Amino acid sequence: MEGQRSGWSLRLAALLAPVTFWLGLFFVVPLLLILAYSFGTSGVYGGITLGFNPSNYLKVFDPLYLEIIVRTFVIAGINTLLCLALGYPLAYFIVFKGGGWRTALILMVMVPFWTSLLIRAYAWVVILSGNGLANKTLQFLGITDEPLNLIFTPQAVLMGMLYSYLPFMVLPLYAALEKFDVRLKEAANDLGANRWQTFWRVTFPISMPGVIAGSILVFIPSAGEFVIPDLLGGSQTVFTGNLIRNQFLQARDWAFGSALSVMLAVLLLGAILFYIRKVGTGKLEGV
Amino acid sequence: MTVKTGPVHKGVSRLPDRALLLLAALVYLFLYAPIAVLIAFSFNSSRSTQVWTGFSTQWYGELLRDQSVLDAFETSMIVGVTATAISTVIGTLAALALSRHRFRGQTVADSAIYAATVMPEIVVGVSLLVFFVAAGFALGVTTIIIAHVAFTISFVTIVVRARLSGMDRSLEEAAQDLGATPVETFLRVTLPLILPGVMAGALLAFTLSFDDFVITFFVSGVGSSTLPLKIYSMIKFGVSPVINALSTVILLVTVVLIFGGSKIFMRKEDA
Repeated sequence: MEGQRSGWSLRLAALLAPVTFWLGLFFVVPLLLILAYSFGTSGVYGGITLGFNPSNYLKVFDPLYLEIIVRTFVIAGINTLLCLALGYPLAYFIVFKGGGWRTALILMVMVPFWTSLLIRAYAWVVILSGNGLANKTLQFLGITDEPLNLIFTPQAVLMGMLYSYLPFMVLPLYAALEKFDVRLKEAANDLGANRWQTFWRVTFPISMPGVIAGSILVFIPSAGEFVIPDLLGGSQTVFTGNLIRNQFLQARDWAFGSALSVMLAVLLLGAILFYIRKVGTGKLEGV
Repeated sequence: MTVKTGPVHKGVSRLPDRALLLLAALVYLFLYAPIAVLIAFSFNSSRSTQVWTGFSTQWYGELLRDQSVLDAFETSMIVGVTATAISTVIGTLAALALSRHRFRGQTVADSAIYAATVMPEIVVGVSLLVFFVAAGFALGVTTIIIAHVAFTISFVTIVVRARLSGMDRSLEEAAQDLGATPVETFLRVTLPLILPGVMAGALLAFTLSFDDFVITFFVSGVGSSTLPLKIYSMIKFGVSPVINALSTVILLVTVVLIFGGSKIFMRKEDA
């Protein structure tokens, strides 16, 4: 490529030194440390003995914990699909039907996106609890007479996550569809494709980078979530994130906590790599 | 399904278009109804966040008198500004290195930058906690700043790099041909050109830092509390219109920043 210098130089080393120092010491080393701890043995009073002890990983397969891990990934997956199901039509609407309102409409999606995650979760705590708006609406519609127990359920967690992560899906979809050349649709039309065919065979494939980026942006924080299950799930809907938090702050079993963290990271990054390979070979460029 | 013969754009008259409009309206309702309820009950005259009893601004008064909220806000600002300054400088240097040079180990550097953005926050949080405890760091404002720099650098790098890749290099070459030193070229040609990208990166870093809960939760220790940590403990303690009032203030600031920021950036693009 033009204008690019090849090979190592003092200048290059100087540019890279700060980032290497900071990410090396405060990102890579800590990750290696929990990898080492995950094979250690936790003492009774919270200390840890290093070694090669695979029992922390075997403990993950205890049905009690396995259930939590499976639940985490299932709910995160459902959330990603729901975000796509709601986010795609919205992004499509903004780009192709938004007209002069396009910028305002996408900024309106960004406002909740930039707002504190805790505030978004809190809004649902209020709405779903006891005499909140959700129960009032259900009673008004005659669906129920007595207030239902809505909060502290898996559905409540899913609701909070859908609300929190929907903008993460819409923004990359908007970016992908915005670049779309409308003449392609017209061409498909002229060649006799109906709207449905035009969408599935022209528009959707071209927007794939947005679908992939959006899915990753939603799935990772969903599967790593611990605030939303903590506030909306209670003790009934525990996520892997809550389990990890408890190992570090309550049970003081840092070895098991480390093993859970390593496993979560490996499973998530593995799932992402698999997903990119499977659906989007070479399609991620330009996101 | 019939094969279409008419013009492509017919407004919102046809059935699929109407369905799309309805769905979009419902999604916006879904996005804004909870926020509207939140704001409305910040003006409630009773302690309830669910039953409307009358208009009052008492919860805003209570919010302003709550010293712990003000302290948390101050901590968040100190952390946000410091972490943003450090990560913007480091991230910009890294972006220059990655977009202007081809070198051995580039793939590793690239992967590390992206890995830091996709690593689940809880894993980053607990690994930093373990690291700080093992290395004998006292948990507090300093460890929060270190952690925030670590997780925002990559975002700055990616944003600045996007700006650099779209830049015309002939201006820099012209400056050098006219006798400018590399430092002069950087300060007087490159930096002004990439400044919108650097500003966008800094704004993103500040927002991520100011809003971060999960990583801060693990590295803050007992003494120091940022605004998100304070909000979390308030929610855990029990819902109260004071939280609604605080949420309303934060929302208002966010809206002003987004619309103000988008105006500034759009003007820059035009210039």
